[in-house]
Amino acid sequence: MAKTDKGPPDYRQFLPPIIKENYGKWKYHEHVRPGVLKHVGETGELYSIRVGSPRLVSVDFIRDVCELADRYCAGHLRFTSRNNIEFLTPDQTQVDPLIEACKAKGLPVGGTGKAMSNVVHTQGWIHCHTPATDASGIVKAVMDDLFEYFTRDDLPNKLTVAMACCLNMCGAVHCSDVAILGVHRTVPRINHDIIRKGTEIPSLVACCPTAAIRPDPKNKSVTLHDSRCMYCGNCYTMSPGMEIMDADNDGIAILVGGKVSNARSAPSFSRMVIPFLPNNPPRWPETTAAVRHIVETWVRHARKGERVGEWIERIGWERFFTLTDIPFSDKLIDDYIFSRETYRTTAAFKY
Amino acid sequence: MEEERKTPQLDELERGPWPSFVTEIRRAAVKSESAGDLLGLLEKSYEDKVGHWKHGGIVGVKGYGGGVIGRYTDMPEEFPHLREFHTMRLNQPSGWFYTTDALRKICDIWEKHGSGLTNFHGSTGDIILLGTTTGELQPTFDEFIEAGFDLGGSGSDLRSPSCCVGPGRCEYACYDTLDMCFDLTNEYQDELHRPMWPYKFKIKMSGCANDCVASIARADLSVIGTWRDCITIDQEAVKAYAAGGMDIQALVCDKCPTRALHFNPKTCELKVDGEDCSRCMHCVNVMTKAVKQGKEKGATLLIGAKSTIVKSAFLSWVVVPFMKMESPYTEFKDLLSRIWDWWDENGKTRERIGELIYRVGMGEFLRAVDLPPVPQMVFRPRANPYVFWQEDEITRHDQETASPSESGRDI
Repeated sequence: MAKTDKGPPDYRQFLPPIIKENYGKWKYHEHVRPGVLKHVGETGELYSIRVGSPRLVSVDFIRDVCELADRYCAGHLRFTSRNNIEFLTPDQTQVDPLIEACKAKGLPVGGTGKAMSNVVHTQGWIHCHTPATDASGIVKAVMDDLFEYFTRDDLPNKLTVAMACCLNMCGAVHCSDVAILGVHRTVPRINHDIIRKGTEIPSLVACCPTAAIRPDPKNKSVTLHDSRCMYCGNCYTMSPGMEIMDADNDGIAILVGGKVSNARSAPSFSRMVIPFLPNNPPRWPETTAAVRHIVETWVRHARKGERVGEWIERIGWERFFTLTDIPFSDKLIDDYIFSRETYRTTAAFKY
Repeated sequence: MEEERKTPQLDELERGPWPSFVTEIRRAAVKSESAGDLLGLLEKSYEDKVGHWKHGGIVGVKGYGGGVIGRYTDMPEEFPHLREFHTMRLNQPSGWFYTTDALRKICDIWEKHGSGLTNFHGSTGDIILLGTTTGELQPTFDEFIEAGFDLGGSGSDLRSPSCCVGPGRCEYACYDTLDMCFDLTNEYQDELHRPMWPYKFKIKMSGCANDCVASIARADLSVIGTWRDCITIDQEAVKAYAAGGMDIQALVCDKCPTRALHFNPKTCELKVDGEDCSRCMHCVNVMTKAVKQGKEKGATLLIGAKSTIVKSAFLSWVVVPFMKMESPYTEFKDLLSRIWDWWDENGKTRERIGELIYRVGMGEFLRAVDLPPVPQMVFRPRANPYVFWQEDEITRHDQETASPSESGRDI
């Protein structure tokens, strides 16, 4: 039997010499051009060339990337928290040839500074059991559509778009400039046979945040108080007998204006601006159009340095709806447990 | 394969400038029948507009309770190679640094034992290996552990800690995120590999308040680098920025959230009211050559972040404004064990630490883990008068029977 608990490999063995020499002693960095960062340390410079990946990749893709890293970076590279690849070299003369080689392989160079970075996303229909939509397909459609924003860095500030295929939100979509979120809109259909076979009923009842699920001891199952259900799908995670996927009614919501950085303004949640768009594979045109429209309105109106949420907070959310012409509805007014703080308790506002 | 399956919708997603995941599945399908079936299954989902994966069953490798997520299709007749298509999580190296040798090792092992499909990386940080059979799990693991890799977390355990690039490539790192991530991951192998808690627990380390791993949004315990003293300003470098055409008043001073910066356009001097600065990183970000963080560095600890399910999303909030963060991180680990003990004792099933604190109150939490309440923990104090007074804080009418040892801490 193999040993256990060896832990992850020691990162120190993977650091290139330029990093070992300047570890903790970096002085400053510059944005050389879209996709290229230059970090200056005591013993020299490090160039990082950032490249977008589709996140779901074959081992042959990784081998292609390795070939580039061997040829131009003495075998050194890293990945970012947003599924980008960063080739690492101290040799400035390698930067342009590497960029050309990436382009020849169809790898987009960009995503640094005031650019749109890669989309953080989830598994979707590829590999998840609770999704309300796909993930990889929508991300591909959105990135194709907004490709130019990945390769230029003259936006008001950085732009983080994230995608989660259900409310579990694997990934920080809830604090993104633009969040694309898979949502269910109908109550779970109870499959009593499955529940009787292997569901721990007290846990199933307890997991419902609105107490919509009640035990039904006579039936050795549960009942559902339909009007209390907010379609979160938590019960489906607890029991496969609470079937919530609904081809006709599942789809996508758009939330905007979140951020995680503390710079200037406090980290904040994304807020819902479009409650529902249909699942329309393979290109989800309603979703790509909505994201593009929001991004373009931000680019046109924001001041230099403003993230999407900072721009909206400055002009006011009411102005956001005016400028974007996105219809406002009761669905955008919170009616869950932390709703009160979102009500406007002042007579000062705009139109 | 018997006959070429038609996948018109997926074919469409091979067009366009962004690299295509469909192309990647197709590349894997040249060598893997399960990847071939995945194309068919995904096309089916695009037609049906629903997923075709069932709930996971319990699968794993010997000695581990997590790290493998069972996955089975609901259409095994049509897609027999997806009958079992489990995910393995491999714990990533700190900062996601690799050499090509290490990556090729991963590729070779995974190609031999699985679908050849991966995510670099999953949201929590692990290397995700998508799709293998129950029978292949142990042999896959055995080879990976020989090659120097181990499993990450899943289920109600410590999830693989993750960190930003830190001192490896960033002048903003206020502590060694890479080392701390590696140290904690090794220290807590048991917690990582054997689920034993109410629910998952995530620790994320960011070297500064820019928070490049989104710890404040995603980590039950967020460790965010900061400093205690004042930023320093290199006036010569400020002059160079001004000479280069930067509108320092508009882009730096006017955007300072506490209006702590003052620029004199005549002398080109930038001054700071140190006591007004909240260390948000804005000026350091935009004038990286001129404005530097203070010298007394460490981290702020924040607790409780999670996404929406079920009591709404939480951002982490401050529990320790400043802690020195140096190896072997003893003070941090002592606090962490007190937090885990209390959560383990009091948390309901599937209740994250943030939700538990929200349910029972910050006062209860602070007393239990022995942290002093300080104003940095809140934006503003409470507006209601509903204080839960402790027994030793009021005069009891049956004074004779009260003894100090009976008051207070336990719940």
